Amino acid sequence: MKNWLSHHAQSLWLALKRLLQNPFAGLLNIGVIGIALSLPSGLYVLLNNLENLSRQVSSEPQISLFLNMQATPAEVAQMQAQLKSHPGVRNFQFVPRDQALRELQKAAGIGDVVQSLTHNPLPDAFIIHAKNSSAEALQALRDEISSWPNAAHVQLDSLWAQRLDALLRLGKLVILMLAILLSFALVAVTFNTIRLQILTQRDEIEVAKLIGATPRFIRRPFLYIGALQGLAGGVIAWVIVAISIHVLDKGIADLTRLYSVNFQLNHLNISDSGSLILFSAWLGWVGAWMSVSRHLHQIEQH
Amino acid sequence: MISLSQVCKRYPGGYDALKNISFTMQHGELVAVTGHSGAGKSTLLKLIAAIERPTRGSIIINGQNTSSLRTAAIPYLRRNFGLVFQDHKLLFERTVFENVLLPLQITGFERRESAKRVRAALDKVGLLDKEKTLPITLSGGEQQRLCIARAIVSRPAILLADEPTGNLDAAYASDIMELFKSFNQVGVTVIIASHDEAMLKRLNPRLLKLNCGELAS
Ligand SMILES: Nc1ncnc2c1ncn2[C@@H]1O[C@H](COP(=O)(O)OP(=O)(O)OP(=O)(O)O)[C@@H](O)[C@H]1O
Ligand SMILES: [Mg+2]
Repeated sequence: MKNWLSHHAQSLWLALKRLLQNPFAGLLNIGVIGIALSLPSGLYVLLNNLENLSRQVSSEPQISLFLNMQATPAEVAQMQAQLKSHPGVRNFQFVPRDQALRELQKAAGIGDVVQSLTHNPLPDAFIIHAKNSSAEALQALRDEISSWPNAAHVQLDSLWAQRLDALLRLGKLVILMLAILLSFALVAVTFNTIRLQILTQRDEIEVAKLIGATPRFIRRPFLYIGALQGLAGGVIAWVIVAISIHVLDKGIADLTRLYSVNFQLNHLNISDSGSLILFSAWLGWVGAWMSVSRHLHQIEQH
Repeated sequence: MISLSQVCKRYPGGYDALKNISFTMQHGELVAVTGHSGAGKSTLLKLIAAIERPTRGSIIINGQNTSSLRTAAIPYLRRNFGLVFQDHKLLFERTVFENVLLPLQITGFERRESAKRVRAALDKVGLLDKEKTLPITLSGGEQQRLCIARAIVSRPAILLADEPTGNLDAAYASDIMELFKSFNQVGVTVIIASHDEAMLKRLNPRLLKLNCGELAS
């Protein structure tokens, strides 16, 4: 066990030494890997934040029914009964105009404006949750309610949230595809690095074989080089994402202060960060492994 | 025990480097392979170390037939040998010390003990004061001695030396020959290939004389 560990430590040390032998090329590779990976991971973070935001803003699609300003209490009560007996309505909530005004005063950013009003411009309203929240069913319900007397305006809230959800799903798909494509690029970068490494280590490989090195012994430092390079690239990607989020966050903080709402960008969480770096290391390892399998064969004369 | 029976080696291109070679040697023997340039001395040593495979015949090392050996087993077979190559095969990016360390790294030897052994081997060939230098700065003879140090550092049971004194002056050459002799005296099987018959004879070895790929009696 101790022997095995020291074996690996030796290979790791050798890999580091070989990487440092040509620091410029190594840094260039690591930079390329980092930048390539920062793109999908940065988009992923942004998308996650958008998702959070949309979840914060609305949880469930709802229909707002605004009544005519002239509607009498009796007419309102009749409408209430109509809603209660409607098969498409799961539940509803009556918002009297006074309450609506109070809420508006509390709500984001425009409290001052509302304060200066001389009379209440808001109508009574119902907030309705439908039984079936599919876009078509909501649309149908809205159209039906619009035709009722005293319905001044019927608004389908949060349909946009559904659209956003669909967009986010699409975005995730795009990120996934981007990640897959860039992963191939990373494997290719490592493949080539290791190919060059193998060429420069040709003599060493040949001699080591002649005096009894197993293929595994020869392969190991190259695999470590690939994995180390991937690891470093993953760390660089993480740093790029972290810095970008930090910069964006400041901009967003300024913007949100103007609207007196509080919204902060989330950074990559620990498990995502770990996955990013480990995945990058794994890609490097895979690239190195492919390269070694391919090119050690060519050196094999004995 | 090393045993060759009816071994032929034809290189790609059709040249028969060895024809019908049979001999057996016991543990602890000292054997000298001589013959003119191109007689097949290096080829014979390469066949024994499984660096080349015989075209025909069988080579048995410690009971293992090298031609029927799995590829994966060959590294372990090679670890029985200390190899001195005719063209040295030194690694020029590694220091003298690291060159000698390589066989011990391959077998996964413990670090501190390795360093001791490397210095002992370098001391034997008189290169201890050069351990930190690069092989390129060594003279031809020094490079040859470095190659010998690398061959003996893992204390192999069998030493295969191909022209180990080719670049050495007479004084150093006989020192090296004495070194081989001392290894042989502690039980190491030694096979030396050299065209320098006069030098070899002083070791009082068993002589195998090759002539155009054939064993002369
Ligand atoms: N890899 C090879 N491919 C083709 N022919 C080869 C190869 N290696 C050696 N030979 C041929 O086999 C013959 C024997 O070569 P070998 O190297 O065994 O000779 P040698 O006795 O060691 O000679 P020297 O004293 O010059 O080292 C030579 O004629 C050589 O041309
Ligand atoms: Mg030769």
